[in-house]
Amino acid sequence: MRNVWAIVKKELKIYFSSPTAYIISALFVLITGFMFYVMVSNFSILSVQAGNNPYFSSRLNLNQYVYSPFFSNAAIILLLLLPVLTMRLFAEEKRQHTDELLFTLPLTNTQIILGKYIASLVVLLVMIVATVPYAFYPFFLTKPELAPVLTGYLGIFLLGAAFIAFGLFASSLTENQIVAAVFSFGILLLLWLIYWLTYVSSFLKGFLKYISFFSHFDNLARGVVDTSDLVFYISFAFVGLFLTYAILEVRRWWR
Amino acid sequence: MIRTENLTKFYGEIRAVYRLNMEVPEGTILGFLGPNGAGKTTTMRMLTGYTTPSFGKAEIVGIEIQKEPIKAKRLIGYLPEVPPLYPELKVRSFLEFVGQVKGLRGKELKNRIEEVVEKTGLEKVADRLIRNISKGYRQRVGIAQAILADPKVLILDEPTIGLDPKEIVEIRQLIKSLAGKRTVILSTHILQEVTSICDTIAIINEGRLIEFGKIEEIEKKYGSASLEEIYISAISKEVKA
Repeated sequence: MRNVWAIVKKELKIYFSSPTAYIISALFVLITGFMFYVMVSNFSILSVQAGNNPYFSSRLNLNQYVYSPFFSNAAIILLLLLPVLTMRLFAEEKRQHTDELLFTLPLTNTQIILGKYIASLVVLLVMIVATVPYAFYPFFLTKPELAPVLTGYLGIFLLGAAFIAFGLFASSLTENQIVAAVFSFGILLLLWLIYWLTYVSSFLKGFLKYISFFSHFDNLARGVVDTSDLVFYISFAFVGLFLTYAILEVRRWWR
Repeated sequence: MIRTENLTKFYGEIRAVYRLNMEVPEGTILGFLGPNGAGKTTTMRMLTGYTTPSFGKAEIVGIEIQKEPIKAKRLIGYLPEVPPLYPELKVRSFLEFVGQVKGLRGKELKNRIEEVVEKTGLEKVADRLIRNISKGYRQRVGIAQAILADPKVLILDEPTIGLDPKEIVEIRQLIKSLAGKRTVILSTHILQEVTSICDTIAIINEGRLIEFGKIEEIEKKYGSASLEEIYISAISKEVKA
């Protein structure tokens, strides 16, 4: 455990000694904040317009019109940014030849992977927590439901955790950071959109819906916690970490 | 003590190291010689557990590195060919990371870091980012991390490469002073380095071990030739398949 902690510390020092983590977090807060502002403004215009229509105004709901789309959009921003956060994790070790230290220190591959994974989760957490000040601002003005907001946050954290696990795997495949980022972004995007197929064909409908990020995220963004969605994200992350482990084990024979 | 048994590494069809057998007793400073591409680095990588041999085995103080990698790696200090440094870290926090992983804690860790910083002459740069220090200093940080946890076995791949003459002398003295109970393997192209620090040499060519033994014994075998002559005649021998 101490070894894992030593790696977490090292990775965080590297993250925060270069601009990468700052830029990614700042962009995330900026873009999601912008979206949130637009959605809240739009909602207030709608509310004014609905003022003399009691039926419509009773249907207006901040959770449904602001928070749910906000989390869906934040998820897309994570899809764009997280591959950049994870691209250096193993690729850069190889390029800088520090892997020759890392893999000759008394560390197991599991410790190395967990250390790197946890460090990236910490950065993700920082990014997400940084959105709290504005995202909770409407609570001072009106009374949205709290529970769906919290599940939305849980949703983007789990989604991010799954993205990071896959990004870690992509980074273990190459010593080129760009290749790692493009690969993880491409595959994650494909997995996001794969449910589109269910619109045009019933082939493997259930399966495609199951492996698509989108269909699982939709529930959480709407405030519906379904265990199967949580299980999906956690198993996806687990598969990503396991594939990374397999690559590291195989690499030992080939370097 | 380091022992290898039929240590072999293939990269596809290419035979990097083939059936390498040697036994390096405790306290030896072994000079590992051979032309570029002879298999020196690959051998060192197998000894340190970075690469897995195709077959054969390597033992570090009686512990087989493939079977108990963590236990064996705790006993090894390793400086690869390219010093493995994180440019984003400060020298001191880099050494902290290595020390923590090697099991040093709290005060002991601090004291050991101070000790190796002094020994390797890093006082001036200890609080600077590795990115900003010169090549010579980087090499020293590489050596500092290798000796940090007082390892029983020290494996140095061309430790004096890229250093200026004064630094070379200092590092050689340092390596010499580290011997004693430790076993040191160092690879080099500078034969003079071997005569000044090592007591034993191994000459390797095309992945095969050609000569191995105490310097005096090998010199005797070659009729008191100089090390240069021994080296040239050893590597020009036909390598048996």
